[in-house]
Amino acid sequence: MPGLRRKTATALAVTTSIALFATACTGQSDTGADDDASQDTSITFWHGWTAPSEVKAIKENIGRFEDAHPNIKVKVVGGINDDKLNQALRAGGSKGPDVVSSFTTANIGKFCSSGAFTDLAPFIEKDKVDLEKTFSKVLLEYTQFEGKRCALPLLSDAYGLYYNKDEFKKAGIKAPPRTWSEFLAVAKKLTKTKGDSYETLGFMPNYHGYETVVSHYMSQWDHAYFDANGKSNIAKDPSFAEMYTFQKKMVDELGGFKKLEKYRTTFGDEWAAEHPFHLGQVSMQLDGEWRLGMAEATDPGFEIGVAPLPVADDEAADYGKGYLSGTIMGIAPQSKKKNAAWKLMKYMTTDTDAVVQFANGIKNVPSTLAALDSPDLKLDPRFKTFLDIAKHPKSNTSPGAVDGIGYQNTLQDFGYQFEAGKVKDLKAGLEKTARQIDTDLAKVTR
Amino acid sequence: MATQYTLRAKRRKSALRTLAFLSPWLIGFAVFFAYPLVSTVYFSFMQYDGFTPPTWNGFDNWSYLFNDFPKFWPAMQNTLWLVLVMVTCRVTFGLAIGMLITKIKSGTGVFRTLFYLPYLAPPVAATLAFVFLLNPGTGPVNSVLESVGISAPSWFNDADWSKPALTVLAVWGIGDLMVIFMAALLDVPKEQYEAAELDGASRFQRFRFVTLPNISPIILFAVVTGVIAAMQYYTQPIVAAKVASGRMGGSGQPFEPGYPEASTLTLPQLVYNVGFQRFDYGTACAGALVLFVLAMAFTALLMRRRGGLIGTGD
Repeated sequence: MPGLRRKTATALAVTTSIALFATACTGQSDTGADDDASQDTSITFWHGWTAPSEVKAIKENIGRFEDAHPNIKVKVVGGINDDKLNQALRAGGSKGPDVVSSFTTANIGKFCSSGAFTDLAPFIEKDKVDLEKTFSKVLLEYTQFEGKRCALPLLSDAYGLYYNKDEFKKAGIKAPPRTWSEFLAVAKKLTKTKGDSYETLGFMPNYHGYETVVSHYMSQWDHAYFDANGKSNIAKDPSFAEMYTFQKKMVDELGGFKKLEKYRTTFGDEWAAEHPFHLGQVSMQLDGEWRLGMAEATDPGFEIGVAPLPVADDEAADYGKGYLSGTIMGIAPQSKKKNAAWKLMKYMTTDTDAVVQFANGIKNVPSTLAALDSPDLKLDPRFKTFLDIAKHPKSNTSPGAVDGIGYQNTLQDFGYQFEAGKVKDLKAGLEKTARQIDTDLAKVTR
Repeated sequence: MATQYTLRAKRRKSALRTLAFLSPWLIGFAVFFAYPLVSTVYFSFMQYDGFTPPTWNGFDNWSYLFNDFPKFWPAMQNTLWLVLVMVTCRVTFGLAIGMLITKIKSGTGVFRTLFYLPYLAPPVAATLAFVFLLNPGTGPVNSVLESVGISAPSWFNDADWSKPALTVLAVWGIGDLMVIFMAALLDVPKEQYEAAELDGASRFQRFRFVTLPNISPIILFAVVTGVIAAMQYYTQPIVAAKVASGRMGGSGQPFEPGYPEASTLTLPQLVYNVGFQRFDYGTACAGALVLFVLAMAFTALLMRRRGGLIGTGD
């Protein structure tokens, strides 16, 4: 019965294959704001913080808002990453959020261009919020895309250099390095080998070494990801080749990719107490301002120093700058309570007292200009380094794009191959990567 | 005329009754299988991000997937690798362990339990344990290997070893196959072995000409279900990649699957990544259809070839 067999086979194949599917596509909803925010109402706020101290700080901040606006109750949902956020924004529904936040500033292009976040212009105009006087240029830049303002900054992150002062003293190093060449020399001096591994590594340069990602390195070179036509600039702008070359040099001179990768597998989780910097496994760490509080909380047994990251050797005058990012806040397009949502958002992002107290609680850099200069900021004196980085005119961030962090991931993937020695021709590799970025962007805008 | 009318009415009634009894399945099939399939085909020709209205873009998604998306072919190769190697290893080891245990005279219960227990471990917990055991820097497996002078691989941290590491993990959890094979092996008539022995058949000949034909339907079942499971492989590689890369979470950034160097990226992961992380539903639908065609081809091939596997008389 070959015919019957074939039919059975086809039927079975179709049935089993269909079972592999799971796609869900949903539409969009009304974007109007006709709710009365002076009436009793409740809204939902989604955020990504998870550490107990951070969750406590959020709770206190929301408590202050509710005290000031007794008619608005806020339901807070934590631990939300961009995957969950994006899916909820697309799915909509009554259980969805009204106010949302994300740590991924580079996703702003996707959030604004697709309509995932509501356009805030009417709300800002109605309440006459002067954004230029409230926020710095970089923060205003990473919360809008091509003129469409769909988010506001809620606290900010500045990236700098953490170093083990005790190890510095032992090695006779007087001050933190200011250029990348000095940095490499210091990293080598601090490195102590043990067998075919390390007792202490001066610095973990590999791209999987937590915050040592392409965009954070790049911030210390004068660079432009895209040209005036919106095309990838990475093969034309020599600073990209300089950064990749220097990072590879660090990898090679600190022991080579394989040896470093093996050592990296002995590290604890980035967000756990067993972070390699806390344990003295590495003497220097590229990290955000939050690391200071996290490291001190684990009582690491050495004095922690903080400084700006080094800059390119021929750009020494720019020392003091750094990479800036932060939390962005927006309003869900499906929200039926946009006016109430805007009240919460305006309070959390622009009220100086709210921003200062939240920054104190969560140990992040404040986002408004007034809060940055506030005498009420109760942060560790070393935190001033990060405040200065946040104010530095040359501090920068990665620009938004219609594919969100897609172009950053492509650059990162190239970095993994280059540092491992799998790409020999850097120029050709960058040209190919640039073409890939342009193709991906064109695909989204087609 | 009246008789004809009654007969037709009876037939219609019978057909309606059949349909009524079938309706729960038919509704389920239409809603959960047929509609998603038709939608997937439809959206594979659209540019759609979930917010802006979908627009027709012809074969752009297909062309992008096959020609411009650098992770598609690695994901395809990884999936095929897992289908071929992982399924082969699981079936071979499952059969071998099953045979071994049926031959053991005493303590069978203990061995059955020992080999079955790993199957009960939740996939995430089992993967976490394996990443810990096979950690190149701190794992006990590499410490033992290196202490006896063997240059140990980096397992989940090395693109060349990540899939073999996943295969080791899959083979460790063959308890389900072992039990099925044991039941099949114990069902083989003893007289056939006795007859073969009288005819002077060697141990291998007894396995080839008595055991194998008797258990071939079970082998086919193991292979077909194994292929389907390998094509749906998602949890273990993504957990292994997250843990081994040191990015378990916290920063809020979505995790790009495939670490290291896209070596653990499977087609289902790619479909999820493109659809629900990049929000390019059109390309994700095209990817899902590739998975569909692949699964259909494998299943059809296996079912067509079952004559050879089961035996012509079956």
